[in-house]
Formats: sequence, C-alpha cells, structure tokens
Amino acid sequence: MDIPRYWRLRNQRYKLEGSRCKACGKLFFPPRQICTKCKKREMEPYRFSGRGTIYSYTTVYQTSERFEKQLPSIFAIVKLEEDVLVTAQLADIQEWAVKIGMEVKMVVRKIYEEKQTGPIMYGYKFRPLIDVD
Amino acid sequence: MNKVAIVGTGQTPVREHWELPIRHLAVEALLNALNDNNHAVTPQSIYVGNMLSGALSEQEHLGALIADYAALEGTEAVKVEAACASGGAAFRQAVYAVASGTVDSAAIVGVEKLTEMSGKNSSSALATAADADYETSLGLSFVAINALIMRRYMYEYGYEKEDFAYFPAIAHNNAQQNPNAMFHFAFDKEQYRKSKMIADPINLLDSSPIADGAAAAIVVPLEKARKMTNKYVTVEACEVGTDTLALDNRKNPIYLKAVERSTLKAINTAGMNHKNIDFFELHDAFSIITSLSLEASGFCRIGEAIKEVQTGRFNIDGQLPITTHGGLKGRGHPVGATGMYQIVEAVQQLMETAPSALQLDDASVGMAQNIGGSGATVITTLLKRTG
Ligand SMILES: [Zn+2]
Repeated sequence: MDIPRYWRLRNQRYKLEGSRCKACGKLFFPPRQICTKCKKREMEPYRFSGRGTIYSYTTVYQTSERFEKQLPSIFAIVKLEEDVLVTAQLADIQEWAVKIGMEVKMVVRKIYEEKQTGPIMYGYKFRPLIDVD
Repeated sequence: MNKVAIVGTGQTPVREHWELPIRHLAVEALLNALNDNNHAVTPQSIYVGNMLSGALSEQEHLGALIADYAALEGTEAVKVEAACASGGAAFRQAVYAVASGTVDSAAIVGVEKLTEMSGKNSSSALATAADADYETSLGLSFVAINALIMRRYMYEYGYEKEDFAYFPAIAHNNAQQNPNAMFHFAFDKEQYRKSKMIADPINLLDSSPIADGAAAAIVVPLEKARKMTNKYVTVEACEVGTDTLALDNRKNPIYLKAVERSTLKAINTAGMNHKNIDFFELHDAFSIITSLSLEASGFCRIGEAIKEVQTGRFNIDGQLPITTHGGLKGRGHPVGATGMYQIVEAVQQLMETAPSALQLDDASVGMAQNIGGSGATVITTLLKRTG
C-alpha cells in the first residue's frame, strides 16, 4: 500500500471511524455513502468504541511476501459491541488462548513495514481485554 | 429472447503450463471449441473470462489479442472480469448476446495463467478478489478469509475438522479418471489429518490448486443449432447473484446469500425445481465452500451438507453427483477459466462424451455454479440435453 492510500484510510485505521445513518441509525464499518437499510443518503461519521468479542478466528501459516515475517499470525472477525463485524489481526495472544466469544479491544499497532526504507503502516488490531498468558 | 444452445466445447489440460503463454492457452481451447463435432463456426463475438492477466502476465486487453491469435481478425472481442467467477460471467454475456438476437454465434473462452510469477505473487494477486482496503491490505490472505468462515461453521454446527474430508475425497476420486485434471491421486483420512495447515482449519487438501488452463464453448440460437447438428445442449438459465465483497459486511457470514439468489433465479428462469437437476458442478475452492454451496443452493438443509455427504449422495454413483470431473480441488482452479471448465464438463456429461468411468447414466439436466471471491458473485447455469 502506498502513502496516498494509507493517508486516505487514516481515520479508519487509527480511529475505527465508520458511519451512522442519520435517518435510521444503522451503523457501518467501513463508511458508506448510502444506507443499505433505509436507502437514505444522510450519513455522518461514527467512531466505534473498539470493544467487542471474537466471532471467528484463524491462525495463518502461509501468506504473501509482505506479511511473511509475522507468521504464524492470528486473524479474527470481531463482533463490535455496536453489533458490527470487523476483520483484523489479533495481538498479544497465543493461538491456544483464542476462543470464540472472547472479549477484545482495539489497539493501534504496526501492520507492516514496506521493505527497509519504506514507510511503516500502522492500524487497528485487537487484543484480549483481560491479559492471558 | 432466443433460446440458446451450446454446439461446441474445448479445453486444455489443467497444468503448470510453463512453456505456454496466456494467448496460446486461450487460442488452443477456443479453436478446439470452434471445430468441435466436425463443424467450423466463425463466431461473431468473443467473450474472454479472465481475472489476473494484468497482474501476472502484465497483459490486459485480452479480447483483441485472442481474436488476433485465433485468426479471427476484426471480430468483436472483450474481456470480462468477476474474480474467480470471470468464466461464468463471460458465458453469461455471450448467452445474452445470442439470446437478444444481436449476434448469431458467440464464443466464450475462460483462461488463466498463474505460473507466470512465483506462487507468492499469484496468491497476492488472487487476494484482490477480496476487499482491498479492509481485508487484504491488513494481511488477510484469500485462504484466511475462507478459514474464518470454516471455523465459525464448525462452531455453530458442531463439526470437527476431519468431517470435511469427504468433499475433497470425492473430487480427487473423480479427478483420477479425468485426463485433463491436475491431480491423479486419491487420499485417505489419515493423509487428510496430516495435511499441511495453511490457515487453520483449512489445510492443503481442503484447498484447490491454482493452475494454468483454458476452456471454451460456442453458443448459437437454438434454431441454428438444430440446423447445424444433432449434438447440442440447451442453456435453460444462466443467472447472476451478488453479495458484499467483504465477508464481515454480511448479515450471516456463513451463509452464501448470492448462491441462494442466483440458484433461485436460475431455477425460476428454467421453470424447473431441484428434483430436475441430475448433477451439480459446484465451486469447491475450499471444502467449506462445498458445504455452503450445497446448503444455499437448497440441496441440503443449513448445517447438514456434511451429514449428507457421508450417505454417498454426492458420489459419482450417488443421487446428486458433484464435481464429476474433479471440481476445483481435483481438476484444478485456473481462476478465470474455472467457470468455463464447469460448463464444458457439464456439456460432456449431457452429450455423453465424459470419460467412461465418470459418465452418468441418462443425465438430462446439469447445474454449474461459478463463485467469485468468497461468495460475492455467483453465476448459476442450468443446461439440458436434447433428445
Ligand atoms: Zn438508514
């Protein structure tokens, strides 16, 4: 991912900013221009709390070159407390400790580093609400 | 709308074709189809189904390129892209063109060349089927997305990993008899259990191999087919359904809504019901997708595909054979060509030109279903034999 795209996504990557339909209240992550429920075009930015539970997870052993250094890595779909799903990497946890239903919270961590001289990309990951070791 | 018939098919074996460029793969399948059944068709338009030529061969603009190399200079030709459903999407466009009466004959060729770059590059390119900003750029591979579905499915319906072995086992058994298939070996439960994990719970034996290949078909109005030959198959329906690209944007990530949408549309268009369908070429990119396809297509109750497969219902001699030529898992998954391999294989069953060990008795209706991404584009085609 190059800098323009990284910059464009900053509010999502750092703040978990989605959108809220002013007409019917439905919440979205990522942001959308039109509500899929009531079809109105009255959206406002909405920042999610970052608290949620694990809906599903996977431990990944093979990936693209860019993410290879982090293997094995754990990814999850997190059900946010606002009842919206978001997909992200898990941090600060071993595979054996991950469980569906486990409480997690959003943190900002390094997503990857572009080669040796390139920019470092940061963004949301999720970690256990209560430490496990 | 004119009724449409398939009068010819062609394919290359699914392999790592290191020596062949993408244009030769496509032209090989296309010419085989144009000259199939001893007739020579000159298509009025060509639809090329392909996903990754730009990313892997640094070659877009396949339509004109393939028309030129097939010695069809000047013919209308265009590439159609819908990730892994590109082949089915191209077929749909060709059926449209003929049904509308705009053209009198159309050729479809699905083609993919994955070995142009290293495996890692191919995997990254394949992941562009998913949501770039919110899935892949966070490090999620295409396999990982499917693994997230599988884990939740196991959790909700109480299955173990080993329960999924039945699906790739059927695919490999059938592929052994198909000379064009990539894999010609069977495996047992112990080998499945020990297979290398890629994204837990998906192992290597759950995953279709990406490979090179091309498959093609010729469609004409039914009236024209009747005058040309007595060997043709009618297109009873070819319908598309879509869903969110990102898995986490779906109300229920373990139900493929687009499969339901496209199947119901197809069955309605054809004026059929599930009992009319004799076999099902489904899109088994991963074992879990076989379960979800069978369920959302309405052949099994939700959460029960794995119970059904254990009864032998989907075996080659079962009541509803699936992946009769090996499916994506055994025949191989040349991404943008896959949808056309499914169509070609279904036509072979209906024309009784399948390899003898795979030939079904008296099959009259076949369903082929091509899925793009993790269920975002689904194209369901119903084909019927004549006579
Ligand atoms: Zn709304």
